[in-house]
Amino acid sequence: MKAVVVVTPKTTVLDPQGEAVRNAIHNLGMECVGTTRIGKYIEMEIDGSDLDKTRDQLEEIAKDLLSNPVIEDYRIELSAD
Amino acid sequence: MKFAVLQFPGSNCDQDFLRAVRDVLGSPARMVWHKETEIDPEETVLVPGGFSYGDYLRCGAIAQFSPVMNAVKVAAERGQTILGVCNGFQILCESGLLPGALVRNRDLHFICETIHLRIDNSRTRLTHELKDGDVLRIPIAHGEGNYRVDLETLQDMEAHGQIVFRYVDHDGKDSDSANPNGSLSNIAGICNRSGNVFGMMPHPERAVEDLLGSSDGLKLLKSLLSYA
Repeated sequence: MKAVVVVTPKTTVLDPQGEAVRNAIHNLGMECVGTTRIGKYIEMEIDGSDLDKTRDQLEEIAKDLLSNPVIEDYRIELSAD
Repeated sequence: MKFAVLQFPGSNCDQDFLRAVRDVLGSPARMVWHKETEIDPEETVLVPGGFSYGDYLRCGAIAQFSPVMNAVKVAAERGQTILGVCNGFQILCESGLLPGALVRNRDLHFICETIHLRIDNSRTRLTHELKDGDVLRIPIAHGEGNYRVDLETLQDMEAHGQIVFRYVDHDGKDSDSANPNGSLSNIAGICNRSGNVFGMMPHPERAVEDLLGSSDGLKLLKSLLSYA
């Protein structure tokens, strides 16, 4: 199985990196871009075929290690191939 | 009382801390490698600055799962004093021993300068040799020192005297221009509710002799020593 975890700063937390990138985009002349947030994309290959069990384990990995719940949200994508 | 200075791969203020407490303060002290699993009940734990595990994932995120951190959690539960400075502060937040988190500085720069620090709670193990409102000159050196916590927790921390240090100007005012990294409410250092776990971004161990530009950090380390 393949799993992807996407970690992004919470919308309530200031993201100076995202703001700097948005300003750079504006400098490129693309004023249409609003709020920009920078996160992390983590790809994992996973042994096993039990989707539900894997999803629970990924939930734990994402919550305890990959993200810090004080400042970040996460999203899990799991595919069987 | 003895000092235990933790050492992770990538720590770089461990020797400064050891020198400050052993050679300048004259207290017994030892280095504790991150794979060790025991902290003595009479030890005060110092979690040094640096870049533990290369700051991979998030600052302090990997270090929180080191074997020695289990021993630190046990020591904290026993009521022993724990002080984390800079990356040490980040590690203690990541491990849940302190509330909040430290994110990228407001202006994205790594900041290395001497700042003014105000004592906002002098009734702690780390500050009892000082008075409320005293201003110290202590260096900072960090890229991720922007303290963040939700509003409800912040109010709770204020009510329980957990905000120990704030960044101020030379007159002792916590103005926005005196805030080097964008920290919420100019917060530079905090403690837990029980008052035995401390975290701060400024480096007291780098301000222990006049030759270093300031010896103000010694006042904090002396407080730890005389508390025991």
